[in-house]
Amino acid sequence: MSDLEPVIGVEIHVQLSTRTKMFCGCAPSFGDAPNTHTCPVCLAHPGVLPVVNGEAVRRALIIGLALGCEIAPRSIFHRKNYFYPDLPKAYQISQFDIPICGRGEFTAIREDGSELKVGITRAHLEEDAAKLTHGGGRRAGADGSVVDFNRGGTPLVEIVTEPDLRSAADTAIFLRQLRQTLLFLGVSDCSMEEGSMRADANVSVRPVGSQTLGVKTELKNMNSFRFLERGVEAEIARQREIIASGGHVQQETVHYEPDTGHITSLRSKEESHDYRYFPEPDLVPVAPDPAWVEQLRTEQPELPIPLRRRLVDEMGLTQEDAEVITGSPELVAYFMEAAGLADPKSCANWIRGELRAQLRELGQEPWESNVTPAHVAALVGLLAEGTVSVPAAKEVLAGVIETGDDPATVVEARGLGQMDAGDLSAIIAEIVNANPDQAQQLRDGKDKVMGFFVGQTMKRTGGRAEPQAVQALVRAAVLGE
Amino acid sequence: MIDDTTVRHVARLARLRLDDAEEQVMREELSGILEHIDAIRAMDLDGVPPTTHVIELENVLRADEPRPGLSQEDALREARAVVDGSFEVPRMD
Amino acid sequence: MGLRDLTATEQIAELAAGRVSSLELVDAHLDAIARDDVEAFLAVDAEGARARAREIDALPERPPLGGIPLGVKDALSTRDIVTTSGSKMLEGFRPVYTATCVARLEQAGAVVVGKTNMDEFAMGSSTENSAYKNTLNPWDHDRVPGGSSGGSAAAVSAREVPWSLGSDTGGSIRQPAALCGIVGMKPTYGAISRYGLIAFASSLDQVGPFARTVADAALLLKHMVGRDPMDSTSLEWPAPIDVPMATDLAGLRIGVVEELMGEGIDPGVKAAVEVALVKAEALGATIVPVNLPTALSGLATYYVLAPAECSANLSRFDGIRYGPSAEADNLLDQYEVTRGRLFGPEVKRRIMLGTFALASGYYDQYYGRAQRVRTLIVREFAQAFEGVDVLASPTSPTVAFPIGDRTADPYAMYLADVCTIPASLAGLPAISIPCGLSDGLPVGLQLAGPAFSENRLLDTAHALEQVIAFDTRPPGLAT
Repeated sequence: MSDLEPVIGVEIHVQLSTRTKMFCGCAPSFGDAPNTHTCPVCLAHPGVLPVVNGEAVRRALIIGLALGCEIAPRSIFHRKNYFYPDLPKAYQISQFDIPICGRGEFTAIREDGSELKVGITRAHLEEDAAKLTHGGGRRAGADGSVVDFNRGGTPLVEIVTEPDLRSAADTAIFLRQLRQTLLFLGVSDCSMEEGSMRADANVSVRPVGSQTLGVKTELKNMNSFRFLERGVEAEIARQREIIASGGHVQQETVHYEPDTGHITSLRSKEESHDYRYFPEPDLVPVAPDPAWVEQLRTEQPELPIPLRRRLVDEMGLTQEDAEVITGSPELVAYFMEAAGLADPKSCANWIRGELRAQLRELGQEPWESNVTPAHVAALVGLLAEGTVSVPAAKEVLAGVIETGDDPATVVEARGLGQMDAGDLSAIIAEIVNANPDQAQQLRDGKDKVMGFFVGQTMKRTGGRAEPQAVQALVRAAVLGE
Repeated sequence: MIDDTTVRHVARLARLRLDDAEEQVMREELSGILEHIDAIRAMDLDGVPPTTHVIELENVLRADEPRPGLSQEDALREARAVVDGSFEVPRMD
Repeated sequence: MGLRDLTATEQIAELAAGRVSSLELVDAHLDAIARDDVEAFLAVDAEGARARAREIDALPERPPLGGIPLGVKDALSTRDIVTTSGSKMLEGFRPVYTATCVARLEQAGAVVVGKTNMDEFAMGSSTENSAYKNTLNPWDHDRVPGGSSGGSAAAVSAREVPWSLGSDTGGSIRQPAALCGIVGMKPTYGAISRYGLIAFASSLDQVGPFARTVADAALLLKHMVGRDPMDSTSLEWPAPIDVPMATDLAGLRIGVVEELMGEGIDPGVKAAVEVALVKAEALGATIVPVNLPTALSGLATYYVLAPAECSANLSRFDGIRYGPSAEADNLLDQYEVTRGRLFGPEVKRRIMLGTFALASGYYDQYYGRAQRVRTLIVREFAQAFEGVDVLASPTSPTVAFPIGDRTADPYAMYLADVCTIPASLAGLPAISIPCGLSDGLPVGLQLAGPAFSENRLLDTAHALEQVIAFDTRPPGLAT
């Protein structure tokens, strides 16, 4: 059934990292003793009223602007009614027909540099549910559940896309880059693992060329991009199989089991939902002053996607470099500082390669480590002027990580400077003489044996030689080149 | 007007357990009330916008400043079932 | 004449003159509340009230409200004082916070003595929907005091408190004030914070005062109005509420709402209102007929919008975080049995009606249309106020009816609010003052004005009150 194409849209819930909840002055909390961050409002005591957190509105606007959304001149809140123990009012205050951010578009970039355009349907403000833990109850045995309202009422922005995605891989690319953008905006922690960013995918398949949409299923709440990609893949496969065998896809909510790779249906016995949306009478419209919106637009930081283009086009980085460097706003700042002092491409290589590799063992990020961007630039400089070899530079870096000293100081203290060319030639001559068989192989054109000579030389010099220089000297000694 | 199925559906949406007798009375009473209310379904409302609010306020926003809330003891004090600082609810099925 | 016969203003004057202490005043009223001949109170905080009175008596300077007693409708949250909203759903519930309006009055020197009976969750017009007891009309113990704030009205009428607080969604202050022969006012929507008022219908609910004189009502109102950061719909109040002084109505144009003076209005009620209007004319007012063609559709509109809002507002009552709860071993039972057993019949009826009106497939026909009829009513009032300053009508189509008379027919009960609902839908201020008797029972005159016209309404009501000279003391009231 290769003539079926998948059609995918996503809904992303982003918890805003504001100081207080969406409708009350409690600080949302995620680790404290249960029910220690509540008030009558977020416990929905009789008689309480919601008051909108202005900072949540500001952040929703920032998100909307970054997604190119039309900002509603006057948006309103609605009540979405349903009973569940994590929703104390039994209605969620959300937005319905007039969200704060309307249509927009987000352009992601695939690894091959091609553009992935995804239409944004809307982005609206709402409140998060409380934490419901199944089991742990006493009254109804182990089956009971317990509710903690510490995080109940945390501000959320829900971003809904058009069904513009055509593969699981694109879906993952879009979500990763959307997350990156949100991180740059500083509006949310965007942690999939901790649930501050959650994505649901609406998946359907249809014959290629068809303009109508097939019956969709909703793939719920996956806590990593990897699982999400696999889940979407599995769901597409499942739907293709159903249709191939002459069946029909049921509209339902499904779940991906990472352990088995299986898709399971979530709720089927639940009666159809009727949320009875109606305008929230306890709140008044949000009508952002156009001057405020304009100000937020001008204050917007450089976002990762355009930045990525600039890194490639203007600073000579590869797509891959750029993707890694734009992984977080902190890393960008770190790189930019180093790149201002030394060759950007080399800085990028060292930062994304050796530096991160060495720090990973310590569980540190570059900006948290002893290595400053100026250190990186200095190291790149030492390499460029031939003061240290690449293997030695790695040791220098280890030294800087350890001590926080300047690279030049580390080179000095540890004697890691490049060897004198005469000394190196002498050592290589000795090695060639001691290994006539290998020398003959080289003469016979078996280039693989070059590795042996480089290895031997490195062993003898303690890594203070540049491998390329070693190769040249070996050739000279053996072949007379 | 309003039938038993509708009454049962609405009662379920509203999470109200009604016994058979209550259901019967509810159907009759709601039907009676709806007969009066149906007057508004006959009115000409073309071009009339809805009113959600009679006041013309906009942008009532709160500063993002934490306020002291309730102690855990106060948060839980009116609850009938509490386990280790949390509200307890029966199983979900 | 005893202390309890003094108006609130007179009691404050006595305190200021040092002729009586707050404790003496509070005790005098607590004695009457202990007997509570009209069953007005659900909870009494005698100890707290006495303690507060002593505190105020010890202050170097008396606060503006002096330390005189206040009755509070049980729909208003009062910290540590059991607050049930007349429902079994909140039996024994002790709130963790106090409503803004109550806190403001306490700050100004009011002493809360107890919580008054009401129709469950403010749904009703006779207080017979209270889950606890019937309140009796002080003028005739076989009759209802009106509702839903019947306890607050009866308590003031029976002089168990000089004044009290009620809440008015479709007439729940004005109608019981009329039936008990006292003054009751619903201010402009947004005038008084709703924070702490247990919501019935959020876009209509307003807190307001009951008193035996217009001046007292104004004084209580004065200390409650204004913006509250806890209520997004509360308004910055443009000018302070003045204690009314007017003695004539020269130049005032009063429009009589013809739709509310016709069919369905008791002749005795109509006659008393007409006599009051003649007196208004004698004070210099011009009386003109006014039409509000959609006013009578207000009732149907209201009985869509208010139940719809209440169906959501009352969803939080599930027995999990507060309130009694049914023993259930699964969640659905927890919800359905708790709510099915603990809500009374009228509350269930309205939740069902409102859920239906919002349900998929019915929303546009019911809720959507009702919102648009509301627009028409708002427009008609605006148009009417281009030609007149104040609109007059009866407050209630009838005088107090016998207990049990209308409980079998929900719609007959709903008709009790036909005159008060239109101003509620338009969010306008309206006051009811006693204007005479019919068959020995009080008749209320309703005066409504444009938004923020409280001062003019109070002046008009005050001037009329002087010439009507209604004796608010129910016959046979024990001293």
